[in-house]
Formats: sequence, structure tokens, C-alpha cells
Amino acid sequence: MSAEPPRRVSRVTVTAPPTHRRRRTTITSEIDAQTQLGEVYVRSLVRAQLRLALVVCAVLGVTVGLLPVLFVVAPALGEVHLLGVTLPWLVLGAGCYPVLIALAAWYVRRAERNERAFVELLGAHHAPGRQP
Amino acid sequence: MSTRALATVVAVVLVVALTLGAGALSLRRARTPSEYYVASRAISPATNAAAVSGEYLSAASFLGIAGLVLSRGATSLWYPVGWTAGYLLLLLFVAAPLRRSRAYTLPDFAELRLGSQAARTTASTMVVVVALLYLVPQFREAGLTLRILTGAPTWVGAAVVAAVALVNVTVGGMRSITLAQALQYWLKLAALCLPLAFLLVHRTGGSQVVVERLRDPHWLEPVHGGQGLYATYSLVVALFLGTMGLPHVAVRFYTNRDGRAARRTTVVVLVLLSVFYVLPPVYGALARAYLPETPTPGTGAADAAILTLPGHVVGATLGDVLVAVLAAGAFAAFLSTSSGLVLSIAGVVGQDVIGRRLPTVPAFQVAGVLVAAGALALTLLTSGLAVAQAVELAFAVAASTLCPLLLLGIWWRGLTSPGAVAGMTVGGVLSTAAVLTVTTGAVPRGGLGVVVTQPALLTVPVAFATMVVVSLLTRGAPPPHVARIMVRLHTPEAVALDREGFRARGADD
Repeated sequence: MSAEPPRRVSRVTVTAPPTHRRRRTTITSEIDAQTQLGEVYVRSLVRAQLRLALVVCAVLGVTVGLLPVLFVVAPALGEVHLLGVTLPWLVLGAGCYPVLIALAAWYVRRAERNERAFVELLGAHHAPGRQP
Repeated sequence: MSTRALATVVAVVLVVALTLGAGALSLRRARTPSEYYVASRAISPATNAAAVSGEYLSAASFLGIAGLVLSRGATSLWYPVGWTAGYLLLLLFVAAPLRRSRAYTLPDFAELRLGSQAARTTASTMVVVVALLYLVPQFREAGLTLRILTGAPTWVGAAVVAAVALVNVTVGGMRSITLAQALQYWLKLAALCLPLAFLLVHRTGGSQVVVERLRDPHWLEPVHGGQGLYATYSLVVALFLGTMGLPHVAVRFYTNRDGRAARRTTVVVLVLLSVFYVLPPVYGALARAYLPETPTPGTGAADAAILTLPGHVVGATLGDVLVAVLAAGAFAAFLSTSSGLVLSIAGVVGQDVIGRRLPTVPAFQVAGVLVAAGALALTLLTSGLAVAQAVELAFAVAASTLCPLLLLGIWWRGLTSPGAVAGMTVGGVLSTAAVLTVTTGAVPRGGLGVVVTQPALLTVPVAFATMVVVSLLTRGAPPPHVARIMVRLHTPEAVALDREGFRARGADD
């Protein structure tokens, strides 16, 4: 039991109800509550991932995707022999695959980076006093 | 019984035993619905990638490409490229969100995203159509292979494959077939590599190399001009976009640990497929050089020619053994793809048709029996039809129905249930009409015939446009669950967010 001596305290008017101090401070709770702010964060992640996917897709389009046109426009490519095989056979039979794998690996690195950035963004707000 | 027939029977029995044995190893652990459907999502990316590849490399990949290269030439080289690039598009747009959706099947995804029974039913119908189009050629091809090599009636091979798929699927579910399918990838790769090594090194057969036939300019040309350019692009669109809509491929992504693992699995799949797909065209070219005559494209004869190639080139007992090795690989292809397809159709039928009357696991097993028996009956009934092209048409149907559902459902908040149903219906009706025209042999001559045999370049944009336009027309207030689902599909699991709101039927995790 504290026995504080009665003191004369000048009265002040409380101007804001204390409930207002319970502001949503973490982004995760903003997202869970589906506030506009939470929406902004989710949309930015979705946009970043979609933009990345479309960029990789476009690279696929101008490499492998343009091959049919290239073979029709430049039939002379069929005369070029490399390693005992004509160029179209070499490109379609083996050359396309390293391109596909490289695009996939590139995409995964960038997509995981986008997600890490999202997690860090949320984590930083979540625990402001505990920086890693 | 000839040496070749005996060697083939031994090889097929070994592959069947291996498949069932791998299933039996994990038998005791498949008890709950989630183990049946998605192996409790506890499979590492490396195993899962081998299983995805093992399941994906079907009769068409193992024998079909080589047969097409033999008879048609360089225009067929687009198939392996398209079948591999399909996984790149799946990685870019679908892999991680599909895993994060925590749905078991594509109809689950439709219901989760659109909150509508109509969308679920339409997706279920398309899953069954696509999977049957894919399954019947597997059974047919198995029958042909066994008949050519041993003289057995065609129904024997089909029945063997159906029975093994049925046992594996109904007894062990997804966990059991995962190990079997991972093994089958390596089996198929070995079964192509081993005879090829002998063919390239040990050429003692009686056949003469016909170099002239390798110099045929029409055979060497990768795209025939004019209509050929349309046909090539239409094929490319079907293969690139159809892969993500294949039900047996989609269900594999639910077995990953999380979204990140789903992406990594897909990259490994691309590597495994790339290694495999270099080989079949080499077989095609060798067959072109060594075989006495070129078989007619689109018949079973071309695929059969590939099987018997080692016999022509190497000859004697070694040739027969190599033929049997190829047959083993071919059967691994039939078994793994058929198991995956029976599993995915049984998942849909079990959930949507029988599941209302029975508990989850018995419903799944009853559905497995119905599906395997039904597909076998369909195979025998359609034996007069040209189903050889059904696999590539299955890609066109998947690209025109389930692909737009996935792409727009994952990336566009505006997709509505009426939009999805309309788009899948329009794309499904158009592409299925093309399938029926081709399989019944009623293809018209000229430009229309090219469109009917390669419909994707028209049907895919029409399906997407229908989905978008009807969605915009039926747009109301955005349903509150869509924002939550976007969170669920796209945010990494490391963040603790509210992702509730949907559980797959029979889910226990």
C-alpha cells in the first residue's frame, strides 16, 4: 500500500479519451484488419511480383518466343552447321533449355528478394526496439 | 516365345514390381485425407521435383517425340521445348501462390477464390475432361507397346497399367505414388540413356545408314511457312500455357512444404526435364537414319519404330535386351502418368460426387476404382479413333480453361464467379469441339483444318477475353474475402497473418 501524502495537483482537462492510444501500430495488424494502409502493403508486394513475372515472361517471348518468326524470316540459318547439326536443330534440341533454366533461376532469386523485403518491412514495424 | 517377347515381359514385370514396391514402402503411413491427397505436404524439393518430372514425362514424351521427329522432322522439336517452357510459366505465375492457397485440387482453388459452387463444378468438369484426354492415350499406348513387342492383345497392356495405377492410388494415395514417381524419373532417364549409348557406339546391325534421308530439307525445316507459322505458334501457346492447367501437375504443387519450396521444386523440375528432353530427338534422328522406311505420322507405327530401333541397329540378343530396356522405360512412363491422372480425377470425383455420401478416404478409394475402370472402358470403346493427338489437344483444352482461371484468379482481384464460369465454358466448348473433330477424323481441308488441329491460338484469347468481359459486366462491390485471399496467395509464410477463411474438403491441417 502506498501512502502517498495528499498533494495539491492542478487539475488539467483530459482532451482525448485514453482509448485513442490503442492505435494499430503493426502492419500485420493493418493487413489483418483489411485497412487501406494494409491493402497498400499487400498490393505493393503483388504488383512487384507480377511486374517481375511479366519481365521474365517478356524475355522468354523475345528469345524462345521469336524463334518461329526468325526461322521463317531467315531460312539461311538452316544452312549453318554447328557440331555437325544445323543451327535450328541445335537451338531447339538443346540450346533453349539453358535459357529456360537461367530465366527460372533469375526469377526465383528476385522473387525471394521481393518477399524478404516485404518480411523486413513488416518486421521492422513489428518490433521497433529489437533490430536484428 | 521369342527372346524379345520374354525380355520385354521380364522388364515390364520388374517395372510394375518396382512401382508397387515403392508404394508399399510408404504404405503404412497414408492414413489421413491430407496424406492421400497431398502426402501431408512433407516432401523435399529434390524428391518432389523428381516426382513431378516422373509424373509429367508420359508416353508422348518417351516415345511420341522420337516418333514425331522420325516421321515429321524438326517441326516436332517444339514439343519438348514447349513442355519444358510450360514449367517456366507455371513458376512465374502459379507455383508459389497455388501452394499458398492451401487447396488440394483445382476445383478447391476455384471455390476458395470465387466462393461459388458453380465455379467449383465447372472447374471439376474441366479437370475430368483434360485428365481423361490425357489418360486414354496412356492406356492405348501401353496396349500397343505390349502388342508390338510380345504379341499380346491390346487390352492386356492397358489393363496392366490401369490395375497398377489403381492399386497405387487407392491403397497409398499421394504419399505412396510420390516415391514411385521419383524413382520412375530416373528409370526413364536410364532407359533412354543406356540403349542410346549402345546405338552410338556399338553399331553392328545389318542396317545401312541412309544419310540422304537426314538431308531432306522439308524434314530439317523447323517451321513450314504460311499456315505452318500459325500452327507453330498455336502449338507453342497450348504447350506453354497448358502445363499449368494440367490437373495432375497442379496437385503436385500442393505437396511442397511452402511457397518458397514450390518455386525451388519448379527450378529443379526444369533442370530434370531439360536433361531428359535432349534425348528423344536423338532417337528420332537415329531412327530416320537406320530404319528401312519412314512410318506415317500420327499412327502408332512411328512410336513402335522407336521401340524396335535397337533391334535394327544392334541386332541379336543384345538388341532384344535393349528393346526390353526401352519397353521398361515406356512402361514407367505409362504407369507414372496414369497414376497421377487417376489420382487427380479420383480427387475431384471423390470430393465432389461421392464425398457427400462417404467419409473422405473411402470416397477417394471408391472414386479411384470408378475412374480407372471408366477410363479403361473408354480406351477400349474408342479404339477406332485417332487418339494419338489427344495429349497435345489436352494441353489446348487446359490452356483454354484452367489456365485463365489460375492466372486471372491469382493476379486479378476483379475476376468474378460468373466471369470464370463463362470463360471456362466458352474455352472448354470451343477446344473440346476441336478435340472431337480431330479424334473422329472429320478435320476439314485447308486453313480451317489447321485451326481445328491447333486451336489454342484462337481459343485461349477468347477464353481470357470472355472471363475478363463477363467479370467486368458482373462486377459488384468487391467481396470482402478477396482481399484476404490475396494476402494468403501472395504473402510469404514467414509473416504471421490471418489466412483463414477456407479449408479444403476433408482437410485436417
